[in-house]
Amino acid sequence: MDFFLQLLINGLSIGFLYGLSAMGFVMIFKSSSVLNFAHGEILAFGAFLFLALATWAQLPIALAFVVTLAGAFVLGFVIERIFLRPLIGEPLIQVIMLTVGLASMFKGGMLLVWGGNLYTYPEFLPEGLGVNWGVIQVPPVYVAAVIIGSLFLLLFGLFFKFSSQGIYMRSVADNQPAALSLGVHVRRVFALSWAIAAVVAGISGIVLGIINGINVHELSSIGLKVFPVVILGGLDSISGAIIGGLIIGLLETFTGGYLSPSLRDIVPYITLVFILLIKPYGLFGLVEIERV
Amino acid sequence: MSEGKLLVINNISVVYSDVIQVLKGVSLTVEKGQIVSLLGSNGAGKTTTLKAVSGLLKPENGKVTEGSILFDGLPIHNHSPEMITRAGIIQVLEGRQPFKYLTIEENLRVGTATRWGKPYRQDLDMVYHYFPALTKRRKTLAGYCSGGEMQMLVIGRALMAHPRLLLLDEPSLGLAPLFVREIFQIIERINRENGTTIVLVEQNANMALQIATYGYVMENGKIVMEGRAEDLRENPDVKEFYLGMGAAGAAKSYKDVKAYKRRKRWL
Ligand SMILES: Nc1ncnc2c1ncn2[C@@H]1O[C@H](COP(=O)(O)OP(=O)(O)O)[C@@H](O)[C@H]1O
Ligand SMILES: [Mg+2]
Repeated sequence: MDFFLQLLINGLSIGFLYGLSAMGFVMIFKSSSVLNFAHGEILAFGAFLFLALATWAQLPIALAFVVTLAGAFVLGFVIERIFLRPLIGEPLIQVIMLTVGLASMFKGGMLLVWGGNLYTYPEFLPEGLGVNWGVIQVPPVYVAAVIIGSLFLLLFGLFFKFSSQGIYMRSVADNQPAALSLGVHVRRVFALSWAIAAVVAGISGIVLGIINGINVHELSSIGLKVFPVVILGGLDSISGAIIGGLIIGLLETFTGGYLSPSLRDIVPYITLVFILLIKPYGLFGLVEIERV
Repeated sequence: MSEGKLLVINNISVVYSDVIQVLKGVSLTVEKGQIVSLLGSNGAGKTTTLKAVSGLLKPENGKVTEGSILFDGLPIHNHSPEMITRAGIIQVLEGRQPFKYLTIEENLRVGTATRWGKPYRQDLDMVYHYFPALTKRRKTLAGYCSGGEMQMLVIGRALMAHPRLLLLDEPSLGLAPLFVREIFQIIERINRENGTTIVLVEQNANMALQIATYGYVMENGKIVMEGRAEDLRENPDVKEFYLGMGAAGAAKSYKDVKAYKRRKRWL
C-alpha cells in the first residue's frame, strides 16, 4: 500500500511536468498549426541554461531561475522570427522538416558545449519542503514540481482567460481570418506562443533535471514523450495535455514499479495505440461546435 | 473638394494566385459619413473588392495589380491588414465568423486589438446598447449563439475597433426576414449616431438601397451601374434583376436575360 501511494505521488508529479511541457507543444500547434519536433531540445536547453547560470555563473538560484525563463522566452521568440516566419503559408511537411532540423542543430550545439555527460544541480531545495507522513514520503523535488507546475498553470490560465493579449492569442487559434480582419497581429501571436511554449518547456526541463539529472540525450528524448501525451489529450486541448501528461506519468511509474523498469518507456506508446483505436481524436479532442 | 472623400478606389485590377483575374478596372468612391451599397449577384467580385480595401487579399494570395486605393488621400493598396485596420478600416467578413470557443464578451474584446492597452469598458457598453440581446449572453460561447446573435456579435465586434470605415459583407445572408429588418435599422443607426462611414455589400438590394445614399452594381468583376440609391431603386434593370420585380410582373424569361446582357455590354 505504501509502495502504491509512493508510486502514485511520483507518477502524478512527473506526469504534471510532462503535461506542462506538452502544453507548450499544444499552444504552438493551436495558434500556428506547427508540430514542433524541437520541443525536447528546447526543454533540454532550459535545463542546461539553468545549470550554467547556477554553477558557472554562480548566480543565486532564484535569479538563475528567472534569467533562465527569460532566456527561454527570448529563444522561442527568436526561433519564430528567424526560422518559422519565412515559412508561413508553406506546406506542413516543410515546416515539420524545419523543426526536425532545428532539433538536431540545438542538440548538436548542446553536445558541443556539455558533451553527453550527466550533470546534477547543486542541492538547493530546502529539506523541509519534503513531506513525511509516516507511510508516505515525498522528496522535496516532487513537491517543488507540483508547486511550480500549479503556479505556472494558474498563471497561464489567468493570462489566457483575462488578459487582452491572451484573448487575442485564443482568437487566432479559433479563427485566423476573423482575427486578421480585426487587426490582431497574427505574426506577433505566433512569436508569443513560441516564446511561452519555450518558457514552459524550460520550466519542465529544470524540474526534470533536478529529478533525473541533466543529460542532453535524456532530456531531449522527453520531447518524444510529448507525442503520446498530446495525442492522448487531443492535439488541440490544453487541459487535455495536462491530463494526458498525468496519465502517461502514472503509467510509466506504475509500470516501472510493478512490472519492470525496462518496460516503462514502452508502455505509454502501447497505451497510446489502444486509445487511438477507440478514440481517434484523443481523449479530450475539441468537440467541434457546428450549427447552421 | 477631395477632403469629403474617405475612400477612393481607382481603376483597380485584382489577381489571385498570379493568374486568376477577378476584378477588371473597378472604380468606386465613398464620401465621409455615407452608406454606399455594392450590389451584384454571386461571384461578381464584391467580396474581392472589400478585401482589396481591407488588405485581406494577401492571405488568400490575391493582389491589386493595377490602379490604386486611397484612404483619406493616402495609398493603402497591398498594405498589410495590421496597418489598414489601424488606419481605421474594419471589414466584417461574409458568413458570420465568430470565435466559436470564446464567449460573446471575449469576442468583443478581440475588437480592441488595434488599440491594445486602451480602456474599452465604454465601448462594450456602446455595443450592448446597440445590441441589447447580447447583454444576457455575454458569458455564452459564441459557437452556441443563434445566427441572428452571431450577426449582431460580428458587427458589434467591429465597432469595438472604432472604425472610420466599416465594410459589411452580406450581413443579411441567411437571416430570417424580421431579423434582416432589425439588422438594417441598426446599421443605419450606427451610421447616423456614430458618423461611421459604411460600405454595404448585399444581395438583398431592396433593403440595402433603402438605407444607402449611393449604390454601385457589379457584374463579372466590373462596375456596370452606379447612382443615387433612390435612382437605382427606380431603375428598370435594377428592379428586374436585383429587386425581383419583372417589368410586367412576369417571370424572367431567357429573352429578358439576353436583353439585359446586351444592355450590360453597352454600359
Ligand atoms: N482566393 C481565391 N482564389 C481564386 N479565385 C477566387 C478567390 N476568391 C474568389 N475567387 C473568385 O473570384 C470571383 C469573385 O468572387 P467574390 O469576390 O467572392 O464574389 P462575390 O462576393 O461577389 O460573390 C469568383 O469567381 C470566385 O470564384
Ligand atoms: Mg461574397
